[in-house]
Amino acid sequence: MSQPESAVADAQAGGRSGQEPLAKLAQRYGLRRAIARPRFPVYVRQLWERRHFILTYATSRNVSKYSSSALGQLWQILTPLLNAAIYYVMFGIVLGGKGNIENYPAFLLTGIFVFTYTQRSVAAGAKSISGNLSLIRALHFPRASLPLAYTIQELQQLAISMGVLFLIVILTGEFPTWFWLMIPVVLLLQTMFNIGTGLVMARLGSSMRDLNQLLPFITRTWLYASGVFFSIQEKVVGSAGLPQWVADAMYYLNPAASYIEFMRDILIQKHNPPGMVWISCVFWAVFALGLGFWYFWRAEERYGRG
Amino acid sequence: MAELTEELSQVKGEEPAVPKKDVRVHPNPAPAGKPPLDVPTGTPTVIVDDLHIVYRVYGAATDVEKGNAVNALTRILKRQGRPQMKEVHAVKGVSFVAYHGDAIGVVGRNGSGKSTLLRAIAGLLPPHAGAVYTDGQPSLLGVNAALMRELTGERNIVLGCYAMGMTPAEVRDKYQEIVDFSGIDEFVQLPMSTYSSGMGARLRFAISSAKTHDVLLIDEALATGDREFRKKSEQRIRQIRESAGTVFLVAHDLRVIEETCNRVIWLHKGKIKMDGDPKEVLAAYNKG
Repeated sequence: MSQPESAVADAQAGGRSGQEPLAKLAQRYGLRRAIARPRFPVYVRQLWERRHFILTYATSRNVSKYSSSALGQLWQILTPLLNAAIYYVMFGIVLGGKGNIENYPAFLLTGIFVFTYTQRSVAAGAKSISGNLSLIRALHFPRASLPLAYTIQELQQLAISMGVLFLIVILTGEFPTWFWLMIPVVLLLQTMFNIGTGLVMARLGSSMRDLNQLLPFITRTWLYASGVFFSIQEKVVGSAGLPQWVADAMYYLNPAASYIEFMRDILIQKHNPPGMVWISCVFWAVFALGLGFWYFWRAEERYGRG
Repeated sequence: MAELTEELSQVKGEEPAVPKKDVRVHPNPAPAGKPPLDVPTGTPTVIVDDLHIVYRVYGAATDVEKGNAVNALTRILKRQGRPQMKEVHAVKGVSFVAYHGDAIGVVGRNGSGKSTLLRAIAGLLPPHAGAVYTDGQPSLLGVNAALMRELTGERNIVLGCYAMGMTPAEVRDKYQEIVDFSGIDEFVQLPMSTYSSGMGARLRFAISSAKTHDVLLIDEALATGDREFRKKSEQRIRQIRESAGTVFLVAHDLRVIEETCNRVIWLHKGKIKMDGDPKEVLAAYNKG
């Protein structure tokens, strides 16, 4: 007891000269620094141990989101339905975006629902750290839990939207085939991509405070580049007369376009997606997820700093 | 206010007879005959080594420089930084060692860096210079940040427990204990937004203290809640100390500190002004 006490006295009396005894004391008793970033495999394991928190947090946010409205959880179905109606009137009827597209309602709605999932995950990811500073400053958990929970919350919403989508697609004359069993695979790939992007956005959003203001413009540009309400092939090669490789690049290099095309390929029988689209879907999923986790983890100990 | 007291008395009426036990187990530790648990064992649990904390604050614009778009544009053209961003040097070179069984009260004026120090010990704010060494993971009694007011107490208990890193089995184990300790009974089925401030505080304390902590950091948690609940909380803190943990307590209510702590650190403008026996430090603090 006497020795540690003297170390404290040293530190307080001698100011800077006291630094070393304290560090040595810590070492002698096996105390560790409070802030230390775990190694990457350890981090992923810690994250897995927090899966219950991540799931509960996502569900709780979804429940509390509509708790103040009279119709409550019904809005989870109403919102995508109303969106679908507006987009159909605007782009299908008023602007005449139909062109030669087969089964335009199904084409449009698939595009919108798939794109909205990515767009909302990106926007939610950007806010997941900067909007939860009090939580980060109060409790210990792998910070990636937050962007993950936000993406899972969006996935839960999407599950409901997908139900609506299936219904509309079947009503427009499509028939479920064995190929529809691939839908979870596409959603899994897209979710991987969304989680990765959400993680990158979370780190960017934690340090760049203006990102949330800028993001709507970025996602709107992205929406127009993803062929949600028109066919990229038709506009780029047909109307603009550009070479085929430009259209291919727009399909393959834009992850959102890839996932939309893959989903349309499954749901709409007469739809012809670019041939290699499943490769770009897999590539973007793996690439974004790996990069996202790595990039987010690199700043783990700095989140919440201010 | 009448509504609050009514709610509280309603809840109290159905409580088990804990208060009697409380009175017996809780003698005032200040008198000469100190109980043995006030003597800490010799092993350190927390070492704070010349710690400096600097953090940035946004959005604290003064009236004069309050932004309109023209001002913002001139600032960008003149290449000035954002005026809303300020650096706050909250903790300036603090060093001390805490031991097993210590209950350390931290006192000081508003803005003297008490809460910042606690967050740094918990490893939630990175040090600007210096270091904090700890044995195990210190946890801040601050589960309220994870709770959602729109949700029922029931859901919040589950959410809070998971947020503190419990497993589903532990949550099932502790659930009833938390409800009993908080004494909110049937209110557990209602959204937390309908709770009185005292009930909310009790539920939060019950959730966060349900987990066993090696080093527990408490920031003003005991200030709210009625007298009876404060005694229950103090007893919970003594239990933690008895299981050879270390407790840090920030409170403006000096009586609480005097009754629970065996050591007091007085922070003044980010530095330690005094560190020692509660009686001496608090006497000096009251004078200064």
